[in-house]
Amino acid sequence: MKVLVPVKRVIDYNVKVRVKSDESGVDLANVKMSMNPFDEIAVEEAIRMKEAGTVTEIVAVSIGPEKAQDQIRQALAMGADRGLLIKTDENVEPLSVAKLLKAVVDEEKPELVILGKQAIDDDSNQTGQMLAALLGWPQGTFASKVEKDGDKLNVTREIDGGLQTIAINMPAIVTTDLRLNEPRYASLPNIMKAKKKPLDVKEIGDYDVDVTPRLETVKVTEPPKRKAGAKVESVAELVDKLKNEAGVI
Amino acid sequence: MAVLVIADVHGNSIDDSTHKTVTAAQAIGGDVDILIAGDGADDAAAAAAKISGVRKVLHADDPSYAHRLAEPLADLIVKVAADYDAILKTAATTGKNVMPRVAALLDVMQISEIVSVEGPDTFVRPIYAGNAMQTIKSNDAKKVITVRATSFAAAEEGGNATIEKIDAAGDPGISSFVGEELTKSDRPELTGAKIVISGGRALASYENFEKYIFPIADKLGAAVGASRAAVDAGYVPNDYQVGQTGKVVAPELYIAVGISGAIQHLAGMKDSKVIVAINKDEEAPIFQVADYGLVADLFKALPELEEALG
Ligand SMILES: Cc1cc2nc3c(=O)[nH]c(=O)nc-3n(C[C@H](O)[C@H](O)[C@H](O)COP(=O)(O)OP(=O)(O)OC[C@H]3O[C@@H](n4cnc5c(N)ncnc54)[C@H](O)[C@@H]3O)c2cc1C
Repeated sequence: MKVLVPVKRVIDYNVKVRVKSDESGVDLANVKMSMNPFDEIAVEEAIRMKEAGTVTEIVAVSIGPEKAQDQIRQALAMGADRGLLIKTDENVEPLSVAKLLKAVVDEEKPELVILGKQAIDDDSNQTGQMLAALLGWPQGTFASKVEKDGDKLNVTREIDGGLQTIAINMPAIVTTDLRLNEPRYASLPNIMKAKKKPLDVKEIGDYDVDVTPRLETVKVTEPPKRKAGAKVESVAELVDKLKNEAGVI
Repeated sequence: MAVLVIADVHGNSIDDSTHKTVTAAQAIGGDVDILIAGDGADDAAAAAAKISGVRKVLHADDPSYAHRLAEPLADLIVKVAADYDAILKTAATTGKNVMPRVAALLDVMQISEIVSVEGPDTFVRPIYAGNAMQTIKSNDAKKVITVRATSFAAAEEGGNATIEKIDAAGDPGISSFVGEELTKSDRPELTGAKIVISGGRALASYENFEKYIFPIADKLGAAVGASRAAVDAGYVPNDYQVGQTGKVVAPELYIAVGISGAIQHLAGMKDSKVIVAINKDEEAPIFQVADYGLVADLFKALPELEEALG
């Protein structure tokens, strides 16, 4: 079966963002960008399914700026077969991303789409579920284990009380949680090989999808700052302060 | 104007977070109704009817809602959506799973994890692991919203809403429940606890959580949390993870033990009222947000703390 893996170019998880002084957004100039960590887990899962013989082809797709080719190339270097970039310099909302991905699914006809559960920039946690809705497919979100069982997938999900396992029909949507796997690093030879793998570039206009934003950013501000308090010298002093100064125990 | 709150139903009861999401709904304005979808959930519906300020409880009872599967639940919410200007659910794992599906079926852009209501169409939500706060205005006619429960006070008891039984929406039959492995604990639930003590990578094993963290939690009546590193290593279950991609907590007292203070962890606990950090590295970033910092080896400090708590 064919698997589609969407990957997003986001600020690297180690970078602490700064809010712009005009409150229009965060400062992304000269900041390190990477593949969204949850998407790396998605790519890794697809590759493991291919290595296990259940998957025949992996297509990595990104909706983003020209530079998002770097993240697609990374997916190719890890082991994806082909890439597709839908180019835009606009900020595309999850609902529009889901609509574009639906158009790609209609063309590519994969049996499975594996997405990251959330992107670490806007922290929305929406795209996979929305794509499932638009396709009328079932969704196995926040997956920590995925197993093919005949024409179904058994997905173990990280939920608030622990773990839940569901069986979903194929074709299906899976979104990844942190414990699903540990993504591999691409080796140098594979990085070289990935440069020769096919990567199609299209424009949003090539798809019949309305991507007009529904949400307007009024402003982006700094969160309330916490000040570092005092160091205590001993456990006894800590307990005394918690009892008599903070009054919390 | 009318707002619908989708309660978090577990078995035959509702989560406390439902009360907090009702408060967010009241801030938006208009009549507030609650939807109970469950399997044998009469008591849950009765509990929802007692929340102050609620007009009406819609109650759909069907086996397909027993395990909160996204596909049947989203179809039910869409079926009742026509009567409402906004639909809210707590941003816990069920809300995060189901609500974007509802939003897409209604062709609406969801507003995720709001921490404040500025007006009927304007909300504040954290982005970039809480390092920035975004104020957004929605141009959708209908709003689909998930709510960070720790940012809202719980609505009071004392209501007497009518309960209206409604039909199930049918099960699309594309997903089914296989099993559950739930963490058993007599300690308070993490997101609602007044005190939380969390352990990090430094704990090094489940046995050390048992020996050093749990006894203090029990003396304080605290919930136990953890960093991602401690969960990834298998010291404690996944639902202990506090942070950007785990649970968000805001207790009266948060004690971070052997946790360095990565931004992803801070995102889940920096709204706590009082933060204590115990770490042997005095440069650890966690001290920058701690009200009280103790530079110490946890394996020495925690037994002392346990004793000092009597
Ligand atoms: C996509 C993504 C999502 C993430 N989501 C989360 C999340 O939701 N929650 C989260 O927590 N993390 C998350 N992380 C991980 C985060 O970046 C950090 O790696 C993690 O929080 C580190 O955990 P830690 O502090 O326990 O471990 P470390 O950073 O290794 O810190 C261990 C600390 O213990 C101290 N120590 C060691 N021995 C002792 C001792 N004997 N006594 C006292 N102190 C001692 C050390 O000085 C150190 O400060 C995420 C990362 C990514 C990429």
